[in-house]
Amino acid sequence: MSRLWQGIVALLAAIANWRFFKPAVFVLCTYKAVVLSWRLHLLLTGKNVEVLGVDPKATLLHETGETALLILFVTLSITPLRRIFKVNKLQSVRRMLGVWSFVYALLHLTVYLVFDQLCYSLETCDFRAIWEDILKRRFIFVGQLAFLILLLLAITSTGGWVRRLKKNWQRLHRLAYVAAAAGVVHFIWIQKSDIRVPLRWAAVLAVLLAIRVYFSIQKRSATPRGAGAPSARGVGVGPHASK
Amino acid sequence: MLIKVKTSADVPYSEVTPEHIYRSRRQFMQIASAGAVGAVAGTLIGNGRGSVQAQAANYPDLPAAKKTAFVTDPAVDPLNTFEQISTYNNYYEFGTRKSDPARYAGKLTIKPWTVKVDGLVNKPGDYGVEDLVNFNQLEERIYRHRCVERWSMVMPWIGVPLSAVLNKVQPQPGAKFVEFLTAVRPNEMPFLNSAGLQFPYVEGLRMDEAMHPLSFMVVGLYGKVVPNQNGAPLRIHLPWKYGFKSGKSIVRIRLMDKQPANTWAVQTPHEYGFYANVNPDVDHPRWSQKRETRLPSPLMNRETILFNGYGDQVASLYSGMDLKKYY
Repeated sequence: MSRLWQGIVALLAAIANWRFFKPAVFVLCTYKAVVLSWRLHLLLTGKNVEVLGVDPKATLLHETGETALLILFVTLSITPLRRIFKVNKLQSVRRMLGVWSFVYALLHLTVYLVFDQLCYSLETCDFRAIWEDILKRRFIFVGQLAFLILLLLAITSTGGWVRRLKKNWQRLHRLAYVAAAAGVVHFIWIQKSDIRVPLRWAAVLAVLLAIRVYFSIQKRSATPRGAGAPSARGVGVGPHASK
Repeated sequence: MLIKVKTSADVPYSEVTPEHIYRSRRQFMQIASAGAVGAVAGTLIGNGRGSVQAQAANYPDLPAAKKTAFVTDPAVDPLNTFEQISTYNNYYEFGTRKSDPARYAGKLTIKPWTVKVDGLVNKPGDYGVEDLVNFNQLEERIYRHRCVERWSMVMPWIGVPLSAVLNKVQPQPGAKFVEFLTAVRPNEMPFLNSAGLQFPYVEGLRMDEAMHPLSFMVVGLYGKVVPNQNGAPLRIHLPWKYGFKSGKSIVRIRLMDKQPANTWAVQTPHEYGFYANVNPDVDHPRWSQKRETRLPSPLMNRETILFNGYGDQVASLYSGMDLKKYY
């Protein structure tokens, strides 16, 4: 028993030292994907046909979509949390979280393509229906917009792109807020009548945006007019800021 | 992937499920439900929604129902299980997630139950369920059920023809429509104020639709009293229309000379109409209706059929009507 406690204390100490922080966040991000993949495996092999509920496609769509949105929101919370609580180490997981949000958005899109539009083979895939969906259904259009932004941000998330884009990198990556808003609108527009759940997401996004606006007003009032505001802004916001 | 398309709902009497297959199906049901308990206990990564359980054994038996020719071909449209039918429901008064009604509808008091019948009828009044439904003449009908959300199931309902119920109250010649209102119980229905719909839920039919032999007044499922989440004690089922036309827990039947204002058509008129006939060529604005998922398949695995495959029986009701206009 005392051994167990020693182990727990050692683990807590390690986390407190931030040694396992990044790996722990990584494992946490894989959790949903692993569980859903395992359940899908059980379903498709006939070992347990109830494991994804009565409507497996709907379960997979909801779970991947909500996880993408959740991780994106956590990503957007990193900078406010770091600055409010002065925990600079948080910054070390921001890029990874952003990429994981893209991964879940990709899984979400894949579920739609494979199960809804039968794109598990080229012959069955209904390309026309997909095209019609994008053009005719505003909730799918806005979802595609969110996905394309996350794709662009994931591609340009590497150190090479940070260097190449210089000041524009940060401007580009502010689109993460547009992706989050598009994701929430996508969520609202698919509801039939009850929009309480997506409205809660919208409220959280509004708080995150308000904090950002507050920060920028603070910075503007702290920086003398014309005294190189752009370079001051660039400090401490890139993916390597904490290092 | 094999996509099976059934073009006709007409099944010759020779193809009606023989008794022993029906019984073996029941045994399968019992084994399957026992297996479900084991699976929940034994699976390391469980469903998470395992708390929603509905077992046929918990519901009282109904008097024996006579077999009818209203069945499906088991090879094409096999029955969904009692668990599937009773844990995946749209009953917004008990919550808008599919698992909510099974969780919350247990609170609904279904005894005593009164149905107010009024409007253009010769015998208006307050009726008990037994006054409207003759429990000695129950029938079993295996119907396909197609939701406007693009999923479908096959269920063995127990009940009587809707026409038999309406004939008891004697509609007057001036009655052109019938309106169904469903129960509103603030103390028993936790989501009346948050579901985003106006209650009571209102649905209605043209008189010739209501009197059609396919229109069914349901009191049971799988030989048992129908579960609350499926609309106890009295619900409608109209297999050629989207599921939202089939009101649950009916408390008032009104015969009218005007078309009733049904809830979804009032709420979102460009998405839902009065007729709501299953139609692959009329899209819901937010999704195509060309295909559907026969649950519990994970795939959009079936082509939608006009009138849900019951066209040879109901198409004449709509001859000359523009189904794109009257959706």
